[in-house]
Parts: sequence; C-alpha cells; structure tokens
Amino acid sequence: MQTLQEKSKIELKRNKLVIVCSKGSLDMAYPPLMLATTAAAMGMEVHLYFTFWGMNMIAKKTIDSLKISPVGNPALPLPNILGMLPGMTGMVTSMMKKKMQKMKMPTIKDMIATAKESGVQFHACSPSMDMMASRKKT
Amino acid sequence: MSTSETTITPTTVVDSRGTMCPGPITDLFKAYRHSNIGDVIELLATDPAAKSDTQAWAKRSGNEIVKMIDEKDHVRIQIRILKKGH
Repeated sequence: MQTLQEKSKIELKRNKLVIVCSKGSLDMAYPPLMLATTAAAMGMEVHLYFTFWGMNMIAKKTIDSLKISPVGNPALPLPNILGMLPGMTGMVTSMMKKKMQKMKMPTIKDMIATAKESGVQFHACSPSMDMMASRKKT
Repeated sequence: MSTSETTITPTTVVDSRGTMCPGPITDLFKAYRHSNIGDVIELLATDPAAKSDTQAWAKRSGNEIVKMIDEKDHVRIQIRILKKGH
C-alpha cells in the first residue's frame, strides 16, 4: 500500500484544494460545494473536510433540513430583532428555497452527488461525528 | 442554425441550458470524462459565464475550443478533446 507521503510525492505537481466546512446552515453549504466541483473540473485535487456543524451537510438526517438563520445576518431585509421571533428561521428558509427552486438551483444533495462524481474527496472529522452523535453513512 | 459555415458534427452534445454556475462546466467535465481523444463535445449553455469558464477550462486541461457560436438565447461551444487527464 502507498503511504500518503509517497502518494504526495507523485502527485506533487497537481494543484490541490482543501475546503473546511464548519457551518450547518443552508447558505454556508452551497459555496464550498460549488468551489469544490468547479475546482475538480479544472483538474485540481479537491478535498472537503467537514467538521462541527458542517457535518449536518453530509449527515442523512439533516441534509434535507438545512436552514437559513435570519439572526446575525445583516444582508437580510429584516431587522435582527424580528428574526428572533419563533418561526422566523423556517419562514426565511422556505422563502429562500422557493426562490432557489425558481432559479433551478440544485439541492445540496444533488450538489454532493455531482461533487462526488467529479472526484471530490469527502472527509468527516471523527470527534465531530461523535459529538453530533451521527452514525457513519455511505 | 445561425451560421452557414461548415460546422463540425459533434460527437456528443451536452445540453446545459438553464443551469447556472457551475452547471455548464460540471456537465462538460462529465462528458469529458467519458470522451475519447479527437472527440468534439458541443456544450449548450445559457449561463453568461459559460464562455469565459469554458475558455479557462480548455486552457487548463489542454483542450481546444473549436468554435463559439452565439444563438438567440444560448451559446454553443464546441470543444475538441486533445488531452485526457484525470
């Protein structure tokens, strides 16, 4: 078996990209996947490293329920104090999801599938996995 | 078809109309992985960034852009595969 060191010597010439995904909100999930897929298409070796709430992006249980938080997001046309009201997160998320559907944006699941197809390698942080109490998935 | 010049018949046509960044490039890449040297891939895209993206991609991967044709609502880009990498 090849050790990582030997492997890196051979693949030294190939550009590499590692992205750390540590957030579990919907708006934080898209950019790393887009960058990773494009970089892989450009011939780079890409690794995605998931830690903390980034685990939610790849965990079966949470992948379809990623949300956008209206609190602490100054870009939303909504005062922060209103964002604290119960149900606001759900409302903002469903509004955003509808907009994305209209624009035919792929879902996070689709994006992960394309990234995998393009050869992006996924790594999950094992302490985070224990912390978030998620079981190993495919 | 808007151009009357002799057009090359593409080996594969990738219809990426309606997808946004990075749709066209990933679709092209998928087709590229299944292609052979000498193939011509035609990419249809509505994304305005597709042109520059494809140019950059071709440059990096060592392939050749044969033609870029502007249609009414989309762009047709023909790429000849000269090199197979990853």
